[in-house]
Amino acid sequence: MKQLFPVSHVMGFVFSLVLSLVALTVVFYDMSYAMGMTILLITAFAQASVQLLMFMHMGESKDKVTLYTNIAYALFVGVFTILGSLLLLVWDI
Amino acid sequence: MKWDEFFVFTHDPMLFAAMISIVLGGLAIFVGLTYFKKWGYLWTEWLTTVDHKRIGVMYILVALVMLFRGGVDALLMRAQSAVPENGLLNAQHYNEIFTTHGLLMILFMAMPFIIGLMNVIIPLQIGARDVAFPRLNAVSFWLFAAGAALLNISFVIGGSPDAGWTAYFPLASLEYSPTVGNNYYSLALQISGIGTLMTGINFIVTILKMRAPGMTLMKMPMFTWSVLITNVIIVFAFPVLTVALALMMLDRQFGTQFFTMSNGGMDMLWANLFWVWAHPEVYIVILPAFGIYSEIISTFARKNLYGYKSMVVSMVAISLLSFLVWAHHFYTMGQGVMANSIFSIATMAIAVPTGVKMFNWLFTLHKGKITFTTPMLYSLAFIPIFTIGGVTGVMLGMASADYQYHNTMFLVAHFHYVLIPGTVFAVIAGFHYWYPKVFGYQLNERLGKLGFWLITISFNVAFMPLFILGLNGMTRRMYTYSEETGFGPLNMLSFVGALGLALGFIVLVYNIYWSARYSPRDTSGDPYDARSPEWSTHSPVPVYNFAIVPTINSLDAFWYAKKNKAPFFEGKYEPIHMPSNSGQPFLMGVAFCFWGFFMVFSWWIPAIISALGIFATMIYRTFERDHGYYISVEEIERTENALRGDKQ
Repeated sequence: MKQLFPVSHVMGFVFSLVLSLVALTVVFYDMSYAMGMTILLITAFAQASVQLLMFMHMGESKDKVTLYTNIAYALFVGVFTILGSLLLLVWDI
Repeated sequence: MKWDEFFVFTHDPMLFAAMISIVLGGLAIFVGLTYFKKWGYLWTEWLTTVDHKRIGVMYILVALVMLFRGGVDALLMRAQSAVPENGLLNAQHYNEIFTTHGLLMILFMAMPFIIGLMNVIIPLQIGARDVAFPRLNAVSFWLFAAGAALLNISFVIGGSPDAGWTAYFPLASLEYSPTVGNNYYSLALQISGIGTLMTGINFIVTILKMRAPGMTLMKMPMFTWSVLITNVIIVFAFPVLTVALALMMLDRQFGTQFFTMSNGGMDMLWANLFWVWAHPEVYIVILPAFGIYSEIISTFARKNLYGYKSMVVSMVAISLLSFLVWAHHFYTMGQGVMANSIFSIATMAIAVPTGVKMFNWLFTLHKGKITFTTPMLYSLAFIPIFTIGGVTGVMLGMASADYQYHNTMFLVAHFHYVLIPGTVFAVIAGFHYWYPKVFGYQLNERLGKLGFWLITISFNVAFMPLFILGLNGMTRRMYTYSEETGFGPLNMLSFVGALGLALGFIVLVYNIYWSARYSPRDTSGDPYDARSPEWSTHSPVPVYNFAIVPTINSLDAFWYAKKNKAPFFEGKYEPIHMPSNSGQPFLMGVAFCFWGFFMVFSWWIPAIISALGIFATMIYRTFERDHGYYISVEEIERTENALRGDKQ
């Protein structure tokens, strides 16, 4: 029975719910910008780690080349999409 | 909601005719299936299948139907604009038609046609027996079919989306588009988009993990490479669409303010998110086309592909650059000069890897023994016509110049000049090229060539005038214009071209019918003396694809095996493990279709019941124990002997 019950998945699911709730407090409670940003950044990174490690099983594969290629590609797309969107919508130069 | 708003086809005789034809068509299919007792066949052989070849065939069939539907839209638009002050369509009807034309042609014609060819060919090209997740593949197809069905009924029930395929806010908001049209947009695209994302994951795993022994990445056929890169783009781009459509649905139906102009919303955020997805989407439909052309050109030039490595490198470069250029779709939206310059330079950079590919095809042709078959004609016509599209694309890519022809017919002409010779010619060429592999006989060459000339010439007649009209100042999406503008004659010429394209399509469909009846059967499995592994097995392909999995020790290994008279398949038959059929993906698609329909009209109770249906199919799958089945050695021998034409 112990092998059949997916403990890490259930734990990951609970973690991701808790992290979402913590992030929500930024909206519901009155707090400073710095405080809110800190909470959001920490929960965002924790959330990403939960998803990647517990659901996507990152690090369980022996094939490190594929893993790093994937991460590099994802970072490239993610970083440039965010920078580009900031450039277009916020920085306005 | 009033019934009058629900049954919109009662407003317009043309829509009424459409409704009647849908009902009659459905009735004819129902009666036909019952009369010929084909319900059981349809269910066991097609609706429940997990065979990649059959799923591919279904994708292509739906794509052809959507090509017809989108083509009728195009004909109506061209007919409406053929003469000044025309009253064939009213403004609302015209808006709905250009919106659904764009959506259908990109998402429900080009994409499924490409995905269909991928499904049929990729496992054969890499020497696999199916895709990595056959059941998931069926789910992908039925979700796509559910989305397509949903978008098509919008025309007669409730009204189609009418804010362009881009659905820019605030125009697409509840305030300015109060009909359910754009609810259809968000839900139909969402459902089929989830299916596409699954396809992306499925094919990446298939190509990376299921290649025949010895086939390293750099020994893969070029079509497989292009599909691998395409699916990487799908996996990175489609989640953006999923999020954008979810926000759109929340804004329109649940009162959130993501894309509004007040309360902290930002209307331009939609345009930004949309194009972050939609620009890579352009490459999702063009890269497999490049792969198809590479296969066809090297087969019919009787040469190996020139510059294999540079082809791969340039496709990887295109895939990275495709994520850096989305803002060139809205240079005039009001961002600064710096932002426009950066995106302008990134855009022009794409011309470099694309140019590399162009020259590689030309060098492949150089000193080749070229045979002018129908697929080869499409591939050869692609090179100059696509170049016109590419060069006008660089013109549009220059931000300052773009202010002159932004949103004019010049843009419309440009993207048709890239998408039609790029994607449409490629899928038609691939369709002709791989047809014998799937059905065991070739399409007729004379009819194929007639269709080619009709389509190629009419395409230029239809779209070349639009470049001039655009430079003369005709904006896109105008439902009519006055005679003084002088736009009339060129628009009439374009309409004539559109009629020619329709004729070409009729020839194409007639060719399918004619060849099914009269074309001689191909028993060799390799009618073109081609190079890649899909031609090494029988046509039509047995359910297990390869009786013995080949060992690949070089690029074009099958070709060298033929030249050196060496055996391509070595070893003896072993029992083959295959996935079993299941009705679960089909039922899931049906549940999704109902869920989407009820969500469009905000009918919550039926929507919740349908959602429970979706979850029920998922739970069934979770607890299902299905280990597939084995094909015995005796059965393989029997099938192989029969396919080889041996007497029993």
